[in-house]
Amino acid sequence: MEAGVESGHGKNTGGSAPEALPEARSQGRMVLRKFLRHKLAMGSVIVLALIILASIIVPLFYPHSFADASFSSYVDPSVEHPLGTTQVGKDMMAQVLRGTQFSLLIAITVAMLTTIIGVVLGALAGYLRGFTDSAISRLTDLFLIVPSIAAAAIMVRVLSGSWYVVALVLAMFAWMPIARITRAEAMSLSQREFIEAARASGAGTGRVVFKHLVPNMVGTITVNATLAVAQAVLAEAALSFIGLGVQIPDTSLGLVISENYEQMQGRPWLFFGAFTVLVLISLTINFIGDGLRDAFDPRQRGVKA
Amino acid sequence: MIPGGARTRSKSLNLVVYILRRLAISIPILFVGSFLVFCMVAAAGDPLGELRTQPGVSQESINQLSHQLGLDKGIVPRYFDWLGGFLTGDWGISIAQGSNMEPVFPKVMSAFEVTIQLILAAEIIALLLGVAVGVLAAVKQYSPIDYIATTLAFIFFSMPIFCVAIVLKMYGIDLNVMINDLGWDSWLGNPFLKTTSPESLSGDGFFGSIITYIGGLLLPTLSIMFISFAAYSRFQRSSMLETMNMDYVRTAQAKGISQGRVIMRHAFRNALIPVTTLFSVNFVTVVTGAIITERVFAWNGMGSVLVEAVNKNDPNTLMGWIVVIAIAVVVANLIADLVYGILDPRIRVG
Repeated sequence: MEAGVESGHGKNTGGSAPEALPEARSQGRMVLRKFLRHKLAMGSVIVLALIILASIIVPLFYPHSFADASFSSYVDPSVEHPLGTTQVGKDMMAQVLRGTQFSLLIAITVAMLTTIIGVVLGALAGYLRGFTDSAISRLTDLFLIVPSIAAAAIMVRVLSGSWYVVALVLAMFAWMPIARITRAEAMSLSQREFIEAARASGAGTGRVVFKHLVPNMVGTITVNATLAVAQAVLAEAALSFIGLGVQIPDTSLGLVISENYEQMQGRPWLFFGAFTVLVLISLTINFIGDGLRDAFDPRQRGVKA
Repeated sequence: MIPGGARTRSKSLNLVVYILRRLAISIPILFVGSFLVFCMVAAAGDPLGELRTQPGVSQESINQLSHQLGLDKGIVPRYFDWLGGFLTGDWGISIAQGSNMEPVFPKVMSAFEVTIQLILAAEIIALLLGVAVGVLAAVKQYSPIDYIATTLAFIFFSMPIFCVAIVLKMYGIDLNVMINDLGWDSWLGNPFLKTTSPESLSGDGFFGSIITYIGGLLLPTLSIMFISFAAYSRFQRSSMLETMNMDYVRTAQAKGISQGRVIMRHAFRNALIPVTTLFSVNFVTVVTGAIITERVFAWNGMGSVLVEAVNKNDPNTLMGWIVVIAIAVVVANLIADLVYGILDPRIRVG
């Protein structure tokens, strides 16, 4: 490991000794190396992985079901109920575990959908210019001025409060920033020679955009997709918190908090369990996004702590 | 003197032309947007569905209400009826309270007043504090101040706003108890920090009023402020760092201008530009944040109006609500653009 780091620096500074030159690295491997050395981001990956694994594995062994409401109301934390029980007599730990599953599921779905919509629209607008660009830009402006929380709430009420409806609706009102960023980058990349070369060799719009343009924006796309997960976690939690998002039988951390936060004064464990997991998820994803940004940034040589 | 005067005149004329041009783009978007939202609200189901199943409501009164809401017409004429009413200040009636039909305009506007008050107070503090801390963190890069500011910004940035509000409310209650124990409640009021909707924001005399006002607004304002502050300070820091590495800043330093002057006169002004953009992008987030904060502190603002309107499927209130917020977003963007033009001499508005 030490030797690898040494030779890496040697290459960056010009590499005086030819025998110390490492084999040529692909961009992907360079990014991976930089990311692996980013302490905060790697720590976040570990914490997030633990949360995800716990939310999947622990319920398999956990003695209480999320739906079991047969316990006494407001039991204090104990070995039997690590986070106590709720007013209706449900085990809080089981609620938090299930809420975590759903919050992550929704957030990842939203991030994937927003990235796909945003990248496709942004890349087409930036590459084709002209009428397509104007049409897509006006569409972006339109979605930006409609207050998403109200539109999402109305649609969720009409369609249902299932997790996938909430995810779809949130994605519908969250793709605009990615579309704008992608458009700007597609515009500047379109001026480059390799795009001209691709076009000159007879590639159609689809091929140029998806085989040449988009792969060269992978850095921007990865970073923004990651940050979109964090934003989606918070957006979903906010919508569910005011009671206009996910509905029982599905759930989420926002809903779990909303149902129990009024007990925070006397029974803080009913609030802080879900709260801590929610903040940890959002915080670690933001740190990972930051680490990715640094790793993809060619100007950044060293890694900030 | 004369050319300067001519320039000022043409500049203010440019400004008017610029504002008009921006409105010319925004109004069609508002028009199309409001029509699409109108269709969505109309597709949300029968607003009178609940009333129809209620016993003791005559078919006649339902028909009358249905006519009043324009439900007996097609979607396009209904939209233009609504639009005509909207432009003349008649936003229709709300059916949220059943047969007690309240006009939408005063209902939405009084809620908007509550919310915008909260947003303005929070945004002004967040901008001033965020810019100051961001500049300080950039100038003293990698110092303890920088690390503390960056860490705090990251934590608040990742916090769901309602969690900040809940925690503040919790400690607010504790603080009130402490104030009472110290006997300060005689002049700070009891409770000093309002954790639920304040009934009135006026107190005895000038100082009494100020104290009541601060106590009433402090906790909800802080909740919104923290999250915006995090975004502004992070943005300001990175933009300031970028500017400080520019050639013209190095030139100014090399000329022997004092560091303080270089920072304030050369770097700071230009580093403010990206933050202006963030203000307009961030505005919708702040509105959402304010709505949620109001729910935690049980304020009667846009948040409670929205929740009630969605749950009762109240079309006119939903339309009024959405269009008011959309107009606020357009105005916020316009303000950001104008500030942008003032800050950056390369961008001449117009």
